[in-house]
Amino acid sequence: MYAIITISIVALIVLFFGAIQKKAPLLPIIYVGLPLAFLLHLMEWNKNIHYYNNMYIADNFSIAFNGVLIFTTLLVFIFAPVYYKPVTRPLEDIYALILFALVGGLIMTGFGNLLMLFVGIETLSLSLYILAGSKKFDPNSNEAAMKYFLTGSFASGFLLFGIALLYGACGSMNLEEIKQYVILHQANMPGMLTIGLLLVAIGMAFKIGAAPFHFWAPDVYEGSPTLITTFMATVGKVAAIAAFFRLMQSSFGEVESIWKVTLTIFAIATILIGNLSAFYQDNVKRMFAYSGIAHAGYMLIAIIALKQEASGVLLLYSISYTIATITAFAVLILVREETGTFSIKAFDGLSKHNPTEAFAMTIAMLSLAGIPPLVGFAAKYNLFVSAIEQGNLPLVIVAIIGSMISVYYYIRPVIAMYANEPSATSAIDSSSNYKKQIILAAFLMIVLGLIPGVIVNLI
Amino acid sequence: MIIVLLLVLPLLASLLLFTGKLGKHSRDFALIASLVEFAVALVAGYAFTFADNKILNLSLNLKQLLDIDIIIYIDSISLIMVMLTSLLIPIIIASNNNREVRNHNFYALILLMQMALIGVFTASEMILFYIFWELALMPVFLITAIWGGENRKKISVKFLIYTVVGSFAMLIAILYLYTLTTPHSFSFESFYQLKLPYAVQVPVFLAFFLAFAIKIPLFPFHSWQAETYNVSPVQGSMLLAGIMLKMGLYGIIRFILPICPDVVAGGSLIFLPLILFGVIYGAIIAIRQPKLKKMIAFVSLSHVGIIALGLLSNNHYGIEGAILQMFSHGVNVVGFFLCYQMIVIRTGTDIISDLGGIASAAPRFATIFLIIVLANVALPFTNSFVGEFLILLGLFQSNVYIGVIAGLTIILGAVYMLKMYQQVMYGPQTIATQKFADLTTGEILLFVPIIVCVFWVGISPSFVLQMLQTAVN
Repeated sequence: MYAIITISIVALIVLFFGAIQKKAPLLPIIYVGLPLAFLLHLMEWNKNIHYYNNMYIADNFSIAFNGVLIFTTLLVFIFAPVYYKPVTRPLEDIYALILFALVGGLIMTGFGNLLMLFVGIETLSLSLYILAGSKKFDPNSNEAAMKYFLTGSFASGFLLFGIALLYGACGSMNLEEIKQYVILHQANMPGMLTIGLLLVAIGMAFKIGAAPFHFWAPDVYEGSPTLITTFMATVGKVAAIAAFFRLMQSSFGEVESIWKVTLTIFAIATILIGNLSAFYQDNVKRMFAYSGIAHAGYMLIAIIALKQEASGVLLLYSISYTIATITAFAVLILVREETGTFSIKAFDGLSKHNPTEAFAMTIAMLSLAGIPPLVGFAAKYNLFVSAIEQGNLPLVIVAIIGSMISVYYYIRPVIAMYANEPSATSAIDSSSNYKKQIILAAFLMIVLGLIPGVIVNLI
Repeated sequence: MIIVLLLVLPLLASLLLFTGKLGKHSRDFALIASLVEFAVALVAGYAFTFADNKILNLSLNLKQLLDIDIIIYIDSISLIMVMLTSLLIPIIIASNNNREVRNHNFYALILLMQMALIGVFTASEMILFYIFWELALMPVFLITAIWGGENRKKISVKFLIYTVVGSFAMLIAILYLYTLTTPHSFSFESFYQLKLPYAVQVPVFLAFFLAFAIKIPLFPFHSWQAETYNVSPVQGSMLLAGIMLKMGLYGIIRFILPICPDVVAGGSLIFLPLILFGVIYGAIIAIRQPKLKKMIAFVSLSHVGIIALGLLSNNHYGIEGAILQMFSHGVNVVGFFLCYQMIVIRTGTDIISDLGGIASAAPRFATIFLIIVLANVALPFTNSFVGEFLILLGLFQSNVYIGVIAGLTIILGAVYMLKMYQQVMYGPQTIATQKFADLTTGEILLFVPIIVCVFWVGISPSFVLQMLQTAVN
């Protein structure tokens, strides 16, 4: 709870400084505010506090995921000065919107009531709609915002309708009470509840970008400003998947039969469509959109193999996906600054001039592809083992085939960086701060890959 | 403790090299590190010989932290492979002649590869094994993709795709077997205790066999091999042919033989002829091959096919011979690649018809090359003779027809090897070979360990075989 309050206050202060046209203090305030918010949140560790009539729950699950969200946002802000170098105005609106979106994400991981889920999703999404269009004079950005808004509000409609039906069936929106109801009526489920759950699942599948509701993702990711895409692909996705997991685990864990088949189909379709589409992309940013879809499919496996331990596995997967994606996007931003294109050719010969960036990018790509001993492998391995222990062998086989396909497209930028002759003549400058962050992220991917147990057993 | 040192030493050396702080001394440092590693391996061998039960093991229960148990286990088969790795890596590092382009990262990758290989040969936990197995792929892929010759990108990606497909098939099999173990465990022990029904053994066998057949490579899965050997720098080819393909053979020993014994016993008429076809096919192509490096690739294809035949012959002579031959083949093929490199440095070409008359210009080189050629032909008193003899003996005992046809390869081997040697070394000198300088002392030193191994194993194989007998049984 303190985290949400602190970050909201930080966002308001940022807006205030923007209003009086002071640029200098904006980022320092955020750099201090976000870790502070996390520390305050950490004080609730192991206490399992329920706020406001079970509206918001600060248990270890939500604190751990919030930690991922907060630190990812912090990384996004660290990369912001380089991305917005040419811009002279204070940019307080963008910073504040990112912070508000983060607040939405924090609410989503810890909701105890379906209304809060909706509030969280809307806070996150509305901020993201504006952010996607924040490059005002770029038609692609406008297109992305419009597409995202139209499809997103459609999905919110599904979600809301589903929530209404669930309320109609159970007479409550509280997760605990829904669970009680579901257990009582296990033998003979009212149709309203099944349909409501299906509609909620469709809404959530849209938000995490799972097939067959993924069509918005590539265009929106490609059109949005890259920094916002980074935020969307990491914080947006992780918050939504955490919320989905929480919903399924706390209310519908007992009635697997009514949703398992649907979600399994979603997961298989998502993994295959994501990986196969990414296979053909020449535009690296678009490739990441599809790879994000594929990863959403892997994360759905954690929901299908629902168990208490699966939350730790999902956390590890989220961390591995987030670190790798954000590192890759950080390098992509740099490369794009220099070459003006997102094409894979932009990476040609990067290792000659910028060995640090090339190394970090390589680690990120290999981690996403799930090559041992990086954290991506540890995450996938844990996921597959927990799924296979629940008897989901066919699903795991599809997931492994998907990973196999992904190796090809993740390795392409690596090949371009190391084996091709450089197209740019000089090194791309990046501030030493930027470099340090990239190296830190690469280091984390290696270290967490060696000791994944720390994360898996955390919650 | 010594096992940890074996694994950590190359890793640390590799990390230090990656930083690039060593500059010009990178090669010397890498060489010293690999020699120290060899010394450590010798100490491990010594400790092994005097250990009570002929086993060195290390088991760390770190499930909470690492999510996997570290179980490392050295028996005589592992020891031979560790010895092979630590013997060849210094030679591979020292043989690098292109020091300008192949900088510190090159040595770092070789040492990283060494760590991964030793990990593969010592791990006794499935996931640990898989981690090292995949880790071993990356350095050699990067070496080929960065320092390779023409068309390196396409070929290295092809190589990567092939091996990754195999690895993932193996991962599926591992995860599936894991669900059958009670209580769930990834240790080799618990996998060995599974008594699978025949119907389950078949798909498990196929998944493992795909992974290993691609890595080795065996006949229908070999098409990455010749191209990759050809395009990779010589050191990369040495790593691939000398050590990395032994991973596949080692995998057959560790998984297929104990986990799917009924398939190996019952299905021999299905896959043995297929492998045998690959053996003959490789040998025939080698005869007609105009380029020396590609020829080595096909020779290697033929030779490792024989080793695989031995392993799957379901006969303990065959298996023992195959394990010994794994060691010998590693040594011989690295020697062969070294000779190839000496020729290419001096003449700038590896097209066999452009060469000739080297023997008169360089008698020392001619002698060494002849020894290595004869070792590859499996002449008595060389190391390959012992291994191939035992493999053929095993094959004869399990199936006479296969044994007879496999025996043909010895004749074919003599044909392609001696034909190549005659064309390259004798006859009139050509433009390319006119100024062929003989080997320097430094270069001869590189060959010394190889030649020692050729004769030592060739003349007194008994100590290795005795060591193997218990493990094979």
